[in-house]
Amino acid sequence: MTPTWAQVAYLAAAVCFIVALKGLSSPRTARNGNLIGAVGAVLACGTVFFAEHLRHVGPILVAIAVGAVLGVIGARRVQMTQMPQLVALFNGVGGAAAALVALLELRSVVSASGAADVPAFDLVATAFTIVVGSVSFSGSLVTFAKLQELMTTRPVIFTGLPVAFGASLIGAVTVSGLLVAQPMLWFGSMLGLLGLALGVLLVLPVGGADVPIVISLLNAFTGLSVAASGYVLGNTVLLVAGTLVGASGTLLTKLMAAAMGRSLLNTLFGALKGGSTLGAGEVSDRPVRSAGPADVAILLEYAQRVIIVPGYGLAVAQAQHTLRELVDVLTSRGIAVDYAIHPVAGRMPGHMNVLLAEAQVPYEQLKEMDEINAEFKQTDVVLVVGANDVVNPAARTSPGAPIYGMPILNADEGRQIVFMKRSMRPGFAGIENELLFDPKTTLLFGDAKDTMSKLLAAVKSA
Amino acid sequence: MSEPVVWLTIFVLSVFVGIEVISKVSSTLHTPLMSGANAIHGVILLGAVIVTGFTDSTVALVVGLVAIVLATVNMVGGFVVTDRMLQMFTGRRRPGPPR
Repeated sequence: MTPTWAQVAYLAAAVCFIVALKGLSSPRTARNGNLIGAVGAVLACGTVFFAEHLRHVGPILVAIAVGAVLGVIGARRVQMTQMPQLVALFNGVGGAAAALVALLELRSVVSASGAADVPAFDLVATAFTIVVGSVSFSGSLVTFAKLQELMTTRPVIFTGLPVAFGASLIGAVTVSGLLVAQPMLWFGSMLGLLGLALGVLLVLPVGGADVPIVISLLNAFTGLSVAASGYVLGNTVLLVAGTLVGASGTLLTKLMAAAMGRSLLNTLFGALKGGSTLGAGEVSDRPVRSAGPADVAILLEYAQRVIIVPGYGLAVAQAQHTLRELVDVLTSRGIAVDYAIHPVAGRMPGHMNVLLAEAQVPYEQLKEMDEINAEFKQTDVVLVVGANDVVNPAARTSPGAPIYGMPILNADEGRQIVFMKRSMRPGFAGIENELLFDPKTTLLFGDAKDTMSKLLAAVKSA
Repeated sequence: MSEPVVWLTIFVLSVFVGIEVISKVSSTLHTPLMSGANAIHGVILLGAVIVTGFTDSTVALVVGLVAIVLATVNMVGGFVVTDRMLQMFTGRRRPGPPR
């Protein structure tokens, strides 16, 4: 039985988590909110060592130290462009931990009580934790592979995938029933394997552009599995923290999907309905108009209004600092310049804001999509740097396209459009962009950083 | 109240709190919020410590220690990376030293 003082400490930790989430949803309080969350976590973990008569304390502390070092190294070393993968990975290992905890708890109740008098609802919660934790783990690994481009970012569909998914789901429900009727560790392990299969099958058909929504969903899944394990272990802080993350994560998933003009069901299962193979990722050999940095510099010189559309390619090339310099020069010559930030520019909602803040771009120059979309018509030059899908008119015009329905930046309404691109390769969603072939469009090929430096030099000397 | 009902009460109230506290978040903060929430579910570390600390089998001890490492990576890494992201947001009000 947990002593009363420890229960109170757990309550305090739970309050910290609530305050943390509240803080994280407003720009001014976000950083403090995160720190309060960390304080709550330390409080909760410190309490358990004094409240319970634990064995193996030495090895446990060593394991915590190892995990902490790995976590800090991962978090400090990662490039900001690769952050979504890291969050996916952290979420996945959390899910795996929850599933392992449930399996160990199952093992201990089975061996202690001979499995006769375990309450049925405990077993339901155990089965839930094992399955959902495993789904979160394997699903997160697949999202990691997609974001890291270890595998194709296009939806992966094979005949029989829906059948395999349905069979795994029915299998998981059936084995859960068996586990409740007859608690055996063997059923638990099987649930773990079925969960792993479900996670992979769930994420494979999701297209690259929708991956952030899935990360958020899996994050909510891990939260719920933590909550269920809190019930099984009789620990309030696990129940409350897990439920908070599960509930807020579900809402966040919905908000993200709405920002991308997608429904959650469409995100997960849309590709299975077919018709998403538009362009098929092939590089077309239709003629395009390309130019050199000097030509683009002249174009910018004569402009009065310029809008920059930054994308992931900008960040990958680490060209955001050079871009800021270019904008500074243009602004000093009386040209009005703004950045148009698509809600999902980069790889995750808000990702581009983080990346540009890193390059110390003034906040006032960052315009959100709704704010700036009407202004493209009066814009002389739209400079698209390393972005593609977020300006692809197919989202408005081609009902078969995987990004159809996603709100886009109306770059095609500008008087001149300049694309800085590495190649004609399609964007993350894997579809061709008609705008590249528009007569108003000029392409400036090359690595974003290299080309940007040349463009900056050309503008300075003009 | 019977004990399961007490737990159910805590669960349902937490659902409402979880939805309420983040309902007004701007899209700019979606990424840090997800990352911060991700760190919070790292408290599964607590569960991992409890099951490991009460086990008497070597296999279970090893599995438990693995779970502890994974949970700590989730929790510590999650908070650190969230702080790194948010540092940039607050940093822009006071521009850093010129490079």
